[in-house]
Amino acid sequence: MVVCVCRAGSARRYLSIVFYLAAEFFGTAGRFFVFWRFGYTSREYFYFYYYSDALIVICLYFVLIGLYSRVFEEMRVSRYLRVAAVLLLAGTAWIAYEVVADSRDRLLTHFVVELSQNLYFVGVVLTYLLWGAVVKLAEMRTRIVQLVLSLGIYFSAFAATYAMRNVYPSFALWRYTPPLLAMALPAAWGYTFLKVPEEARLATAQVVAPTHR
Amino acid sequence: MIAALIFVISLTALLQFFVSYCRSILFAARASELSQPARELTGISAGRVSGEEFRRFMQLVRLCPAHGDDGQAMAAVRVYYSILGIFRSIAGWMSARFSGWLTSERGNCAYFAAVALDRRIALSRELMAQQMLSH
Repeated sequence: MVVCVCRAGSARRYLSIVFYLAAEFFGTAGRFFVFWRFGYTSREYFYFYYYSDALIVICLYFVLIGLYSRVFEEMRVSRYLRVAAVLLLAGTAWIAYEVVADSRDRLLTHFVVELSQNLYFVGVVLTYLLWGAVVKLAEMRTRIVQLVLSLGIYFSAFAATYAMRNVYPSFALWRYTPPLLAMALPAAWGYTFLKVPEEARLATAQVVAPTHR
Repeated sequence: MIAALIFVISLTALLQFFVSYCRSILFAARASELSQPARELTGISAGRVSGEEFRRFMQLVRLCPAHGDDGQAMAAVRVYYSILGIFRSIAGWMSARFSGWLTSERGNCAYFAAVALDRRIALSRELMAQQMLSH
């Protein structure tokens, strides 16, 4: 997918996406190695999975901020957006810490799982706000529209999966959903970069589901 | 309780994002003109197409060599078409306007499949031409 972005000549414009895709690649390779070396039920795999997941979600969070900057680029507010993003990230981490502060024995493990879950949900809210801004500002760049929407699908699917896993922890489906979702986002972005030219435009009002009208 | 609330909010957002994403793919495809061979094969004239043709076009698409880069979009549109089908069977009779919207959306799905078919036919011809040149 990194090659797709570079081939489309968009690497510099979408640097945060390139960075995220590279992080996802190395994260997946590392997970595979730990899985192969220690096994699926091992503590090592558990730790590695959740720590790498938290780091990857933080990278994805920066992709979202990058998309915010692109949508609001004419308003020249990217500096404020960056500050707000760092504050929000710190706030989310603090809330995650507060939730798990009582479990001193496995504090770091609980913290990283809680942080991932919270970041996915914050991601849903932020993407929804961004999508609202895209519609309101009548953003017409098809690439931006598709990148935002696929990110929204990814965040909301993960947040829903995590929420259901808290309700039914032993249900086997939750094991297989995250890897499938993790494949869907790079595939959707690959389609966007390969099939949608940078100059393609779309009337956003047409795209909005009838419930928005 | 909080987990259930997060689930409901996330699922609602997921549905809205998914519908909008599929519509963005469909409208992007709507902007493409079909080539003459694809029009003859699909029987589409003046951009009008029935939603019922979607399955037939998808079967034809599967007969052509895969592009490799449009599979994800096709899968998304297939799911969207199925969701529209479910809505049509359970709620289409409630309002004529909603039913009309569902019919037009299914038509857009069929047009997307026709555009995908057109691209694959073009790719097949290109591959065949390359093979002829190499022999």
